[in-house]
Amino acid sequence: MDTKQKKATAYWKENLRYLIILLSIWFLVSFGAGILFKDALNTIRIGGFGLGFWFAQQGAIYVFVILIFVYVRLMNKLDKKFGYDE
Amino acid sequence: MDVQSWTLLLVIISFSIYIGIAIWSRASSTSDFYIAGGHVPALANGLATAADWMSAASFLGMAGLLSFTGYDGSVYLMGWTGGYVLLALLLAPYLRKFGKFTVPDFIGDRYYSNITRTVAVVCALLVSFTYVAGQMRGVGLVFSRFLEVPINTGVMIGMIIVLFYAVLGGMKGITYTQVAQYCVLIFAFMVPAIFISIQITGNPIPQLGIGAEVLGENISLLDKLDGLSTDLGFTAYTNGSKAMIDVFCITAALMVGTAGLPHVIVRFFTVPNVRDARKSAGYALLFIAILYTTAPAVAVFARTNLLETVSDQPYENMPPWFQKWETTGLIVFNDKNNDGLIQYVGDADKNELTVDPDITVLANPEIADLPNWVIALVAAGGLAAALSTAAGLLLVISTSISHDLIKKQWKPNITDKAELVYARLSAVVAVCIAGYFGINPPDFVAATVALAFGLAAASFFPAIILGIFYKKMNKEGATAGMVAGILVMLFYMLKFKFDMFGGGGPEDWWFGISPEGFGTIAMLLNFIVSLVISTYTKDPPEEVQQIVETIRLPKGAGRARSH
Repeated sequence: MDTKQKKATAYWKENLRYLIILLSIWFLVSFGAGILFKDALNTIRIGGFGLGFWFAQQGAIYVFVILIFVYVRLMNKLDKKFGYDE
Repeated sequence: MDVQSWTLLLVIISFSIYIGIAIWSRASSTSDFYIAGGHVPALANGLATAADWMSAASFLGMAGLLSFTGYDGSVYLMGWTGGYVLLALLLAPYLRKFGKFTVPDFIGDRYYSNITRTVAVVCALLVSFTYVAGQMRGVGLVFSRFLEVPINTGVMIGMIIVLFYAVLGGMKGITYTQVAQYCVLIFAFMVPAIFISIQITGNPIPQLGIGAEVLGENISLLDKLDGLSTDLGFTAYTNGSKAMIDVFCITAALMVGTAGLPHVIVRFFTVPNVRDARKSAGYALLFIAILYTTAPAVAVFARTNLLETVSDQPYENMPPWFQKWETTGLIVFNDKNNDGLIQYVGDADKNELTVDPDITVLANPEIADLPNWVIALVAAGGLAAALSTAAGLLLVISTSISHDLIKKQWKPNITDKAELVYARLSAVVAVCIAGYFGINPPDFVAATVALAFGLAAASFFPAIILGIFYKKMNKEGATAGMVAGILVMLFYMLKFKFDMFGGGGPEDWWFGISPEGFGTIAMLLNFIVSLVISTYTKDPPEEVQQIVETIRLPKGAGRARSH
């Protein structure tokens, strides 16, 4: 493998690592907190909400927005590190 | 001024803006027509994507649906926003780097096959047509309710407007009208929500109001609504009645379907580079989230207001909006025990009132006694939402015909100018077909919107994901997977929604999964079939594997080109 190829592979691996971490959070806040563990979380109250219901109708959406912007930041940094930025 | 004059005024102002933008942004090449020349700034693309995505269903329908289903409605909230995370992380950057005009373009080139390309075109057309018919209908409904013109005249007016800016401006015209439409629709959605939030909880932010205490009472709004609901024999608002596995599968199908919708994906071809594609996905979800986190609050306010206004009250004391909606048949009261009081209860035998969830957003400002201009604003917002989505879908339809079929398969040698003529002609034809379905809506429109998501989930999503993340995926695997996914999805929908192949009720659903959630299973099947077939068939050619290597690296995504 030449250096160019090596660099591309390293970049891709790092990218996949970010994806796995971010998508795990994506799964946890929606399918986890909003659906699978909703009843357990509903025993915890924040303001007038049960926590499970809050995640299903508010929280998951806020986290989604944050996830994308975190991804944008991480990838911009990664692009720069590997010289793929424009 | 009365509601009707206000509505007329706001509709005329907003439509003049849309037409003005269309004239200013005429398309002069196919690149302009298909992808707005590829230089839409990230922020503008985010705004346009949000308007493109939020249809009459999001604007008019969703809060009502939530209001009547409580927790179960969360599937739409999470499903239709979570899909953007998949889109931003797994699809948008790579498809932008690939740099073509359409989704079938990617599928056809990545899988080096015109058969695969044609399968993708058929899926794109199916998904888009089912969707667009509902939008034209929405335009007609708003016109008829607020301006008291016949529904069909409303549909015709909508057609002419869309025709004007979609045919003239193509993607360029659509993009900048969508930016304006987003502003109109979000303002129209937020103003009444804020008013009502202040009325009920004293908190001007609806997202906080939903979790706050009711003004002057020592109980939180959600607890109060849960109490009201269970007292009347309904399920507690914050507890659903759907099975957990079904909630899980519907949410997943909607997320994946969202990420696979061609009219959304194609928006990411319009930005200058990969970096902007990522960023504009973030902006898009941010702008969508403003409406999607407000809708559950609107739903709770509306439900509480409704229960308090009608429950056990004498029929003759009902406010004017009640009679007005009764005449449309969307509120029906049947005094079964002849006591003159309205019993609105969970028990179907004793219940005397049926309310169509669709009126929630339209009637909400009236129920809360808001000023006339606010009510008119909601009408203008509904029109903006329906028109922006219709335009995006029509563009996908016309591009599929002029580019994916005519240019790529039938007449590869036509000039750019000739292709542009074909693109405009297909747009005209598409608008007419959409209008026809808006005027003569087939009974299955409501049922098929869910089908559109299931189809997108079962067909495009796996083919695109595997095309990017699995270098060895070949044309045999991808084609077989798409065909298998679509067929099993169609079969399940036809069986359980349209009573074909022996039909069946909810007790016969496989694993207890509804047709709406079955897209998840069909998608998994697609993945499995693709992977299995590809292991037993030839690897894709070296130059295709090279393409995959290239799209994984963000640098050098020039303007999209057709060759």
